[in-house]
Amino acid sequence: MLVNQFLFLAALLFCIGVYGVIARKNAVLVLMSIELILNAVNLNFVAFAFAMETQDGHTFALYIIAIAAAEVGVGLGLVLLIFRNRRTISLDDLSEMKG
Amino acid sequence: MIRSAEALQTLSSGWFLEHAWLIPIVPAIGFFIIILFGKKLPMKGSEIGLLSMLSSLVLAGGTAMQWIDRVNSGAEAQFIAPVVRTWNWWQIGGMKFTIGQSIDGLAVIVLVVVAFISTLVQLYSTEYLKGDRRYTHFFAALTLFSAGMLAMVVAEDTILFLLGWEIMGLCSFMLIGHWWEDGANSRAALKAFFTVRTGDMGLLVGVAMLYFASNEWTTEHLGVSGFSIRGISAWALSGEPNSTVILVASVALFIAAIGKSGQFPLHTWLPDAMAGPTPVSSLLHSSTMVVAGVFLVSRLYPVFFTGFDILGSGGNFITIIGGITIVIAAALAFVQNDIKKVLAYSTVSQLGYMMLGLGAGAWLPAVFHIFTHAFFKACLFLGAGSISHSASHHSFDMKKDMGGLRKVMPITFTTWVISTLALCGVFPFSGFFSKDEIIDNVGHNGYQLFMIIGLIGAFMTAAYMTRATYLTFFGEARGASAGEHHDEHHDAHAPAHDDHDSHDVHDAHATDHADHGPHESGWRITLPLVLLAVLALSSGLLNATPFGEKWERIKTWVEPRAEVVMETAPGGPGHSNVLSIPAAAEEGHHDSPCGSETPEEGVCYAPQLQHAPFKWSKAMLSLGIVFLGIALSWLFSTLLYTRKDKRLVGLTERNGVLRAGYNLLINKYYLDALYENVIVRAIAGPIAAAAYWFNQNVLDGILHAVARASRAFSGWVYRNIDQRVVDGTVNNSGKATKGAGGVLAPVQSGKVSQYGALLFSAAAVAALVLVIINS
Repeated sequence: MLVNQFLFLAALLFCIGVYGVIARKNAVLVLMSIELILNAVNLNFVAFAFAMETQDGHTFALYIIAIAAAEVGVGLGLVLLIFRNRRTISLDDLSEMKG
Repeated sequence: MIRSAEALQTLSSGWFLEHAWLIPIVPAIGFFIIILFGKKLPMKGSEIGLLSMLSSLVLAGGTAMQWIDRVNSGAEAQFIAPVVRTWNWWQIGGMKFTIGQSIDGLAVIVLVVVAFISTLVQLYSTEYLKGDRRYTHFFAALTLFSAGMLAMVVAEDTILFLLGWEIMGLCSFMLIGHWWEDGANSRAALKAFFTVRTGDMGLLVGVAMLYFASNEWTTEHLGVSGFSIRGISAWALSGEPNSTVILVASVALFIAAIGKSGQFPLHTWLPDAMAGPTPVSSLLHSSTMVVAGVFLVSRLYPVFFTGFDILGSGGNFITIIGGITIVIAAALAFVQNDIKKVLAYSTVSQLGYMMLGLGAGAWLPAVFHIFTHAFFKACLFLGAGSISHSASHHSFDMKKDMGGLRKVMPITFTTWVISTLALCGVFPFSGFFSKDEIIDNVGHNGYQLFMIIGLIGAFMTAAYMTRATYLTFFGEARGASAGEHHDEHHDAHAPAHDDHDSHDVHDAHATDHADHGPHESGWRITLPLVLLAVLALSSGLLNATPFGEKWERIKTWVEPRAEVVMETAPGGPGHSNVLSIPAAAEEGHHDSPCGSETPEEGVCYAPQLQHAPFKWSKAMLSLGIVFLGIALSWLFSTLLYTRKDKRLVGLTERNGVLRAGYNLLINKYYLDALYENVIVRAIAGPIAAAAYWFNQNVLDGILHAVARASRAFSGWVYRNIDQRVVDGTVNNSGKATKGAGGVLAPVQSGKVSQYGALLFSAAAVAALVLVIINS
């Protein structure tokens, strides 16, 4: 089995994720897109570990899954607080950091 | 590599031997069940404790049976290899930690004793602690305690050994402080814990030292790590180790044994540990906790054997400590009024015998003494508990609340007397066969002075036990046992029972109980007593040296036959593919500790020890001494306590020398005062003050000087370097940044999507650059 099929799939997922991060206005959807990116990376790790017959990639993937879970937890927490304070989660409205 | 195959037999094994690791696992699981679900169970978790100990006992019994088969399947002089199973526990770098079981004669005999006594104590506790407010927790701790001891006994390696050892330390703290509402009890628990911990440091140091010293040798010769007890034993006897290293390691390990087994000068925790419930005292002082130290020495015996050069000297650290302990503890037992404290000091003294035996090369008698002592001492403690439970209204004071109990408590009295005679070492009770052998072998191995100490100890044992028996069971009934009603408890052990309802509930099954009057205890108390008394009477016959070789069963089953063992192949861990050949039958070669010339590849696991031939003349001497002790003490007790002879009453107040001696004893040689007032206060008081002074004056002085110098220097630095060079740079870079910021400000739109787009495009550019560079 060739690795490149996995890599294509991963690249596709990655692109969808990047598109989502850039184009979406909804903070929750942006978070979901970040998940897609992470999973694309995971897929790469696993695919290469599979091809090279080592365990390192699998280990990394497991770590990433764990950290992604934590990241989503924190991200959703932030979104929730933002929503409570401003009754909106549209990213365009969050531009206080404008220089 | 097998050189004389015809002398070898294949050793039999069996399911129980292979699965002996289940013995500690079962009570450990029991502990978790009790602690998690105990309170919801119909008998509050005690049934789980009892059941798990009973299963352990069955497993241990099966193991013992199969071990005996295994011994019988071996040839006459064949080394009976232990049944070893190991598992990898964890691995870090090059160090591999295994965990496993190693079942040999020593492990089997202690397993059986521990499981048996634990079962009886649990049965006893169901009655003794009925209605206690922490009934479930008590059984949980008791079960875990036994699990710890059993784990330590089956341990193949020093790591598991340490684990079991520490579990016991923790559980003893929980059990001694079971009634912690009373400050004295929690203080006793703390004292026990910290005193034992003082010694435990030695175990940690010793184990680490042995690992680093022996690891290379054991890996090369046996394929096991330096934590394996077999490996360490073989290494210690190989003639390889540096004598200083092994001496320091054995001293460190022995310090651990001193702490755990209550040897002088760390024995002070043991009598205070009487603050715990009586079943706990019984378990702690007969077969578990305190035996752990003795077990440590007998388990790693080759290390001590080589370290202290046991057969080559007339006195060493172990024998000196053991000898001192025998005498001072026995002397302390004379001035105690608390029946449990008499027994506690008696335990300390008996442990001294075991240590003395081990130190003087009497390995088997010492191990056999563990065996017999467990039965009669457990019986005595449970007997004391029975008295306080049913007769003296939770008091343990012999002078105030006991006396004349032999008529009201016939079963307790009979079992007590049997155990007392066993403890004193009267023929044919079990103590005679073990204690007399220790004394005999100590003399035989060239430790004459210590043999005399042993005989003095036997005299004192007989005397103080007679005194205790007299005060408890004979003479006039006094205090609570005379039926006096106490509204107020005058004893530290009572608080947990201060709800009288519970007392009445468990008195209900007694046939004719007057209001708190003395009566015999219920069957759950007397059954263990009777079983233990039967064993106290008969267990000595398992190794009855006086009757000839055929009676020396324990010797056949337990003592390792210390022959030269050949290594067939460096077996991996978990495979004990060590075969043995009998020693070349050449006389007079005692170059190696194995008792015969060791071939270069040969490995031996146990030192060759000799046994003193039994002589009735010597036995008569020690029996005579014991009877003299009993008779003198009886006479003295009758005169002093019953007839109130004027010459004796108040003698300690009138005679200056005796008063000084009495004060010394009643103050426990001022050791507690030394520890608490001098050492602890020295650390808390002057040393802390000195440290504070040093801190304030010396350290702060240095700091102040440094600070002044720094201030002067920093002033110069501020004026020249800081203001001109650094600030100049900073100001200029600030200006530059401000300019750049003005240019770049529009990029900071505050829109997250834009940032994301920038980030990803930057990443894409970087990736492109990477690809171009690498191609």
